[in-house]
Amino acid sequence: MSILVNKHTRLLVQGITGREGLFHTEQMVAYGTNVVGGVTPGKGGQWAAGVPVFDTVTKAVSATEANTSIIYVPARFAPDAILEAADAGIKLIICITEGLPTLDMVKVRAYIDGMDVRLIGPNCPGAITPNEAKVGIMPGHIHIPGNVGIVSRSGTLTYEVVAALTERGIGQSTAVGIGGDPIIGSTFIDILKLFEKDGDTEQVVMIGEIGGTDEERAAEYIRDHMTKPVTAFIAGKTAPPGKRMGHAGAIISGGTGTAAEKMAALEAAGVRVVNQPAEIAEIVATLAGE
Amino acid sequence: MNLHEYQSKRVFARYGIPIPNGDVASTPVEAREVAKVLGGPVVVKAQVLVGGRGKAGGIKVAQTPDEAEEKADAILGMDIKGLTVGKVLVDQAADIRDEIYLGLTIDRARRRVVMMGSSEGGVDIEEVAATMPEKIIKIAIDPFIGFRSYQALELALELGIPTELTRSFTQIASGLYDAFMASDASLAEINPLVVTGDGKLLAVDGKMVIDDNALFRQSMLAEMRDIVDEDPYEAEARRYGLSYVKLDGEIGCMVNGAGLSMATMDMIKLFGGSPANFLDVGGGATSDRVAAALRIILSDSNVKAVLFNIFGGITRCDEVARGILVALDELKTPVPMVVRLVGTNEEEGRAILADAKMETAATLAEAARKAVAVAKAAREGSAQ
Repeated sequence: MSILVNKHTRLLVQGITGREGLFHTEQMVAYGTNVVGGVTPGKGGQWAAGVPVFDTVTKAVSATEANTSIIYVPARFAPDAILEAADAGIKLIICITEGLPTLDMVKVRAYIDGMDVRLIGPNCPGAITPNEAKVGIMPGHIHIPGNVGIVSRSGTLTYEVVAALTERGIGQSTAVGIGGDPIIGSTFIDILKLFEKDGDTEQVVMIGEIGGTDEERAAEYIRDHMTKPVTAFIAGKTAPPGKRMGHAGAIISGGTGTAAEKMAALEAAGVRVVNQPAEIAEIVATLAGE
Repeated sequence: MNLHEYQSKRVFARYGIPIPNGDVASTPVEAREVAKVLGGPVVVKAQVLVGGRGKAGGIKVAQTPDEAEEKADAILGMDIKGLTVGKVLVDQAADIRDEIYLGLTIDRARRRVVMMGSSEGGVDIEEVAATMPEKIIKIAIDPFIGFRSYQALELALELGIPTELTRSFTQIASGLYDAFMASDASLAEINPLVVTGDGKLLAVDGKMVIDDNALFRQSMLAEMRDIVDEDPYEAEARRYGLSYVKLDGEIGCMVNGAGLSMATMDMIKLFGGSPANFLDVGGGATSDRVAAALRIILSDSNVKAVLFNIFGGITRCDEVARGILVALDELKTPVPMVVRLVGTNEEEGRAILADAKMETAATLAEAARKAVAVAKAAREGSAQ
């Protein structure tokens, strides 16, 4: 087992003929992900990266039985791409694109919340279950299969942590990047729930950052419902208030959303909170009984 | 993107929200002319994108056009929290009987636009939120249904708006919601919304923040951007698609990815140094972007050392290395550099930099420790 993506994933790539879409489709295919098709309006009937291209998601789903889609289309078209995938019956939508207007995401979330569909992102690196499926833009080779679940708001910081785990021979069940925007499809709690239920995951690493209160709410969930140990790092201790730190969601506003508050809440919930990313691998190794 | 008070109020006015008569002025003489046309007492208000203008002496009442010119002369050019005042707003002074707060923002946890009202108007709302949270009334708005008049009525009752003003209040609240949605705002507030002596509602002060991600469809608002009020290097960075935030430390940072950038800053601090900036070169950084980023970092004279921390995924280390060489060749800087390149094409990247005599590091911790050490050495060297 694992969560979200695995060898049963039948992946559709929305925006497959674009520069980013094509490059990453080739990378995902090379990793062994079961990519069954792509969508680019007006390019139906063509082929890209060895898979058929369709004009709409509905056409692609009926031809390929895709159950998952990944979105690389430009920001101004991405809200539509998410809605189109949801309406076509896709159950898991991963939106890599960054820069979606926040008010569009308010509507998208309100619409898909009433449906049996899960959204990861936007503005995220995707999800990977090592040796089974890579649905995202992360470098596949740094991952090895194992029992540590990873959930993060960041991209490269997650790679940093994964690489350190792999170097020690500690593998990952699934690594999920939930995205750096203020409104995202799945929050820490959504992913923690999946890891708690997953038979292959023995412990979880959580990588948060300044902005919002997602980490605080995750702390409450961990305290009340998690049996598996959680180790956490929060980025942005040195970030000044009122300034957006790259990610649209990474901003300390009105004195809330600070790293200190998040670390305190997590510690109070029994989470091991580290001061530097390198300590994560040490703690995880100790917990794994090495 | 933040709008000035006068810009925000002009947007509000387009949605039927009553604002005081007034106009902006860039010189004391212009301020005098505006005051003359308005007649009667006026308020001269510094237009800078920062809170606490009143406390800093940036808002003054003037009884006559002569006095308005005098006050404008004092305020124009004034430094408020590091920003120079280039414009003042000259508004007709309001006869204030009561002050209310009315604002809209996006509640991340509820994933809804939320209207906030408080009878504690005219003060810093964040302070009210911290000390008297029960004084703030919040109404979550369904994105498909929109803001309804019954919600405005409920809010009016909670805020103790006089019955004869509920109709006007409903129009203002609905107008503010429409302005918020149509402008792709992330914040729109009227603080204070004043009940005047003659029993009318008036938006005396206003503030709007526009979602940068939506500026592509807000061309009119995008044109209002006041580059004078922006850090010139932050503006320069934006042109190259870089996220750059200037800080007051002495170690310049160039990192790929926002989370890793923040973690790198945190590590510098952990080892006793202080970061000079946040800079995310982004995914797939090309050599000319890297070169531009280095120019921007080095434009800050406080920078005593530069730390490159690149975890190559989409970004290729050899491409970054080439960018560093291009920039070094152009800038010929004496500032010492520490480089950590891992991931895609790291060997090629390191080979390219082999002759550049830069400190290298294998891990983030080692890189941060070395950067702190070379910055310290550079500072002590220049002090002698």
